[in-house]
Formats: sequence, C-alpha cells, structure tokens
Amino acid sequence: MPNMVVCVKQIADPEAPVGSFKVDEAAKKVIPAAGVAQVVSPFDEQAVEAALRIKDAHGGKITVLSLGKDFVMDVIRKPLAMGADELILLQDSAFENGDSRSTAYALAMAIKKIGQYDLIFCGRQAADWDAGQVGSGIAEFLGIASVSVAKKVEIADSKVRVERVVTDGYEVIEVSTPALITVSNELGEPRYPKLKGIMTAARKQVPTWTAQDIGADPSKLGAAGARAKLLKLFVPVKVSKCEIIEGENLEDAAFKLALKLREVKLI
Amino acid sequence: MAENKGVMVLGEFSEGKLAAITKELLGGARKAADALGEELSIVLAGSGIGNLANEAIAFGADKVYVVDDPLLADYQTDSYLPVMEKIVKQAKPNILLMGQTAIGRDLAPRLAFRLDTAVAMDSLELNIDSATKALLATRPVYGGNARAVYTWGETRPQIATVRAKAMEPRERDDSRKGEIVKIDSGLTPSMIRTNVVKKVREEVAGVKLEDAEVVVCGGRGLGSAEAFKELEALAKLLSGAVGASRPPCDSGWISSSAQIGLTGKIVSPNLYFAIALSGSSQHMAGCSGAKNIVAINKDPEANIFKEARFGVVGDYKKVLPALAQKLKELLSG
Repeated sequence: MPNMVVCVKQIADPEAPVGSFKVDEAAKKVIPAAGVAQVVSPFDEQAVEAALRIKDAHGGKITVLSLGKDFVMDVIRKPLAMGADELILLQDSAFENGDSRSTAYALAMAIKKIGQYDLIFCGRQAADWDAGQVGSGIAEFLGIASVSVAKKVEIADSKVRVERVVTDGYEVIEVSTPALITVSNELGEPRYPKLKGIMTAARKQVPTWTAQDIGADPSKLGAAGARAKLLKLFVPVKVSKCEIIEGENLEDAAFKLALKLREVKLI
Repeated sequence: MAENKGVMVLGEFSEGKLAAITKELLGGARKAADALGEELSIVLAGSGIGNLANEAIAFGADKVYVVDDPLLADYQTDSYLPVMEKIVKQAKPNILLMGQTAIGRDLAPRLAFRLDTAVAMDSLELNIDSATKALLATRPVYGGNARAVYTWGETRPQIATVRAKAMEPRERDDSRKGEIVKIDSGLTPSMIRTNVVKKVREEVAGVKLEDAEVVVCGGRGLGSAEAFKELEALAKLLSGAVGASRPPCDSGWISSSAQIGLTGKIVSPNLYFAIALSGSSQHMAGCSGAKNIVAINKDPEANIFKEARFGVVGDYKKVLPALAQKLKELLSG
C-alpha cells in the first residue's frame, strides 16, 4: 500500500472578480481584497484528488503538507475532510519571503522527515504566482524521478502509470517509485468533502513543524535561499474600447454584427 | 559569474523541422545576444537530428550543440536533465532560454535548481538592463491579473522559459554561417527512471488552433457538448478552429487539447469569437495576442467586454444562428 504525500498551498481565491485585484507596487505585494476567501489552490486540490483515487483503489496513507502562514484552519483542513489521513503545517518566519527554490527545499526537508514515501503529488502550479516550479523542485532536492502535468495517475501491475498532458494530446509514462507527480486540471473535479469527513477532519491533531524541526539549513530557506529577485510587480493597464452592437432584437444585433465585421474587413 | 557568456536556446523540433517556439526563441535571443555583444547558441538534443542544425543557423544561431542519441528520442526528464547540465557546465552561458512548453515547463525548474540558479517561467518579455547588462524577465502572475519583473542575483545562467508567440522569429537566411559542435550525451539506460509507453494524439480536426486566423471559442455558458457543434459550424464557415475556456474542457464537453488559456494553448488569431465565456484573466492569458475579439455574452458586466472590440449582449443561442446565417450570405455574395 503506497505512502503518499501531497503538498498544498493556501491562497486567496483565484476566481475572485478581476476588479477586486490590487497590488502595492512599492512593497511588491498583492493587497488582500476584503471579502475574498482563502482557499486551497485548485491545482493542489486536484493533487489531493489524484492521491485519493490511488487510495480508493489500493489503500495506503496520505499525508498533506502545507507551507505558509496565517492558515485558516477550516480551509487548510479541507484535504483531510476529502479523505487524507494527516496534515502537517510548515510555519516559521525563516520560511517567509522565499522563492520557488527555497520553498521546494523546505518541503523536501519535511518530506525527508516524514521518511516513507512512494508517491508525492503537487499541483502543476499554485494559482497565485503561477510559477510551476515547486513540484519538480522538490523532486530535484530529493533526487527522485518526476513527471509533470498529469491528467491521470494509476497503479497497475505494481507500476505507476501517468498520463502526462502535452500540446497535441498526452503521453502514457511508467515511472519507478519513489516519484513526484504534478497534477493538472484535466484530472477532473476534486471530490466534495462529506459531512462525516469534515467532522473527522476537525478532530485530527495538526502538528506544526518549524525550520529546526525539519533540520533545514537556514541559508537555504526563505529570502536567504532565494535565487530569483522580484524587481517589480504591477497591474497592466487596459483600455476598454468595446463597441456594443445593438438591434431591435438579438437576431437583428447579430445581423448588424456580421455587417460590421464585413465593414472593417475582418471577414 | 563573470566567466558566463553567451545566450543559449534549447531547441524543440518535430518531423524534421524546428518548432515554431524555437524559431521565436532564436529571434528573441538574437536580439539579446546582439545587445550584449555575445554569441547565440542552440542545443538540439534528440535522435536523428539530421539537417536541423543548419536550419537553426539560418534562423539566427551562431553555434549549434548537437546531442544525437537514441536515448533522447522521447523527452524524459531523466535523459534531458543530465544532458543539459553537462552542456551548460561546459559552455557556461550567461542566459538560457526554453519554450514554455511541455518540455520547458518540466525541465527548467529542475535544471535551474541543480545549477543553483533561478528560472523565470512563462516570460512574456525579456529585456537587457542597459546599465547592468542583466536579464529582466516579465511574466504574468496571479492568473494574468498582474505582471512581475524578475532578475537574478549573482547566479548564472539566467534561465527563462518564454511563452509561445511572445517573440518574433527572424526571416530564414540560408547564407548565415555557424559552427556545429557534437556532444556525447553521456547517457546510459539505467539513468532513466521513466518509460514512455504510448503517445496519444488528440488533435482537433481541421485547422490547427495555434495557426488559425479565426478562432471560435466557447465557455462555461454554452452548457453542453452539443453546443460546441454550433461553434464548429461557424468555425468551418470562416476556415477557423474551435477552442474552449477551461470549464468546458474540465466538464468533458470538448477535448482538453482545445483549451485556450494559462494552462492551455496560446493563440493569436486575427479574429477571435468569445462565446458565453466571462473572460477571466486565466483565459485571457491564452488569447491576449488576438487582434480582434468579438464577445457574445448575456452578462453585460462580463470582463470579456473589457477585452473585446465588438460585443453583443445576449443569449448566444439567439445570436449565433443569426450571425452564422448573415456571415454565410456575406461570404457567398
């Protein structure tokens, strides 16, 4: 039965209206918008779902890891409510202001501490910074095989088979364990937690590990371990210039649209 | 870091031709190399590379590193990663560019971490700082809601992946001269922990989405797989291709290979019909290069109307048949 680890990130809801999004250019940070909920990054929920599907078929144990701060416990417990077995939080000021590299290093050290793992799942990218580096980065720090952008993961004849999304379709890849797999939205909708799951999750102890707990080298963590330097963060300016075509009714508006497209030589 | 020189591109190719993204990268990298007064090289790793090196030179490369090995026939992390590590350690480039493709996405972070440097993923724009000569990479963050400009500290190479169609390829010039350097892969089968069992193509029939001059794209508001048939009819009429935002793909109404957006394909047609889709930043990331967007949506507040040139506010079920009929008349008359 496979031991599985899933890494998840708590972020501001990426589906929030575009208008609510603002940045502080001087601080190079996003200004948290009032009323925008915290969620588990959607791709990470799909990573949890991928692990749960393996567990449904073969059993095993799922440990969820999350590095961050200001955790909203009802939110970050969601993977437990969906069916994961354990949740461990990584929280320490030493982890802050890092880049993908220092985050991947910290998660890799935590996974080493967990010790036994056959499969590690991450979302293909976090839906805030969209970098898509931490998953493969963890594999690099652990020195294990990785397959990215999976839409299906299954174990058949004791082999791990991954369907990896590529431009014109997908590839079926067999990978030896331990392996890290990043999961894409094509996997399909993650399951909703059931009431029983939510109640079980609420009762689970959630330990918090610090940099010291995972035996991390402080020079590789947070800002000290970062190699990417953020120079500037800004919201691109858009000038709206849409010409709304109206008519007596929608059919008439459609006719006028067609005529307009001809007039400006688009057709 | 002072000893790192030159701009290097990782080439991609299929069926004996350089990929469009590689020609774009060579175009953009040529500008960067000229701004720095440095050499432009390209790595071509694969099996049976043949005449691709000359094509790469014709599109702007000064030097071509060729790694030809049957173990490189399929892209696999475990085969490409040590090969790229070896070449970068030997050639010591200042800048290394890859496409934001299935290969670049997978390879760039591991390679950057192995070389103790950073990578800027999915860059839209690359500039050379005139004072420091450092690379500045602009990339979308927060689903395209914001842009971030990254630079590197002391670490080299400065690695970036670049989005499709962000850069212009140069005109092919077969009179250009360049150097071809053969490199031994150093690979043995035991180094590769994955095995590509099968490749499945899911290409949508007709014009290729990335190449289409007209794209008819549907969103969540279409509500069903059947609705895409109407979009296909319109696309066929205009010799275009059908695309979709993410929700229809996730719901299985259309193949995920039709997805346009941050996690799908990048298109830049002349005419883009956005039908029953809201125009989220995640979606716009895939079609911001479209020259003319026509939006049909029943919600007048939908973000797509901020992006569109022309719009009709209303139910697509009423608008689309009338629009198709009139367009047909105009095209036949």
